[in-house]
Amino acid sequence: MEFDRQAELNALRPDLLRFARLQLRDAGAAEDAVQETLLAALTGSHGFESRSSYKTWLIAILRNKIIDIIRGQSREVAASALADDEAGDDLLNESLFDRRGHWQPETRPGRWADPEASFEQQQFWAVFEACLDHLPAKTARVFMMREFLGFDTEEICKETGISSSNCWVVLHRARMGLRACLDTKWFAGAGT
Amino acid sequence: MLNCRQATELMSQEQDRALALSERIGLRLHVWICAGCANYRRQMGVLREACRRFGGWDSR
Repeated sequence: MEFDRQAELNALRPDLLRFARLQLRDAGAAEDAVQETLLAALTGSHGFESRSSYKTWLIAILRNKIIDIIRGQSREVAASALADDEAGDDLLNESLFDRRGHWQPETRPGRWADPEASFEQQQFWAVFEACLDHLPAKTARVFMMREFLGFDTEEICKETGISSSNCWVVLHRARMGLRACLDTKWFAGAGT
Repeated sequence: MLNCRQATELMSQEQDRALALSERIGLRLHVWICAGCANYRRQMGVLREACRRFGGWDSR
């Protein structure tokens, strides 16, 4: 039996909007992307066996809309803009490693207990989202292009006008920041 | 011999490009003797999996 598609769209809208906002960091652009997604969804006429396959389909449409928007924007993530994000970076590295480049005793990564169990919890995803949101904007943009939109680094270079070595630095910084945030806000406490 | 700072750089880059043989060997040796970096490496895998799920490839 076909579920109520309109009701499902309404229910999923906030999720789609959050996903778009995280990546675009621009409420107006995010709203546009979601509107276009919903329009495309309403005119599409596939049958879906389940709500989850419907959601996957919607997110695939949204992902393409976001890619279009990113492509349409000027190369604003230029090296100069990324430099702003770097300000806090050296500080971060300074405090993480000692002078010889080894972990400080208090920053050395410990084990994360059962990530799979964390994935099952709604609360974990709220923390994950907050941690993504906490990343500097341009860093987050590059990271999400890589991890959510499936760009490879060469494509990211092309779209953003940064060099591949710079791209690796930015991705490293994003992962470092996200790991530290999840470690502090989740795995060190609730997750264990 | 790699230090942890360099090892974390490679552990990020191995998600984005094929490491050279020398880099792979250096990293493997480092992770073998460094529990902190061994944990870090597993956590890079957790991050990628979390992104995959969050991005809607899986329903949740």
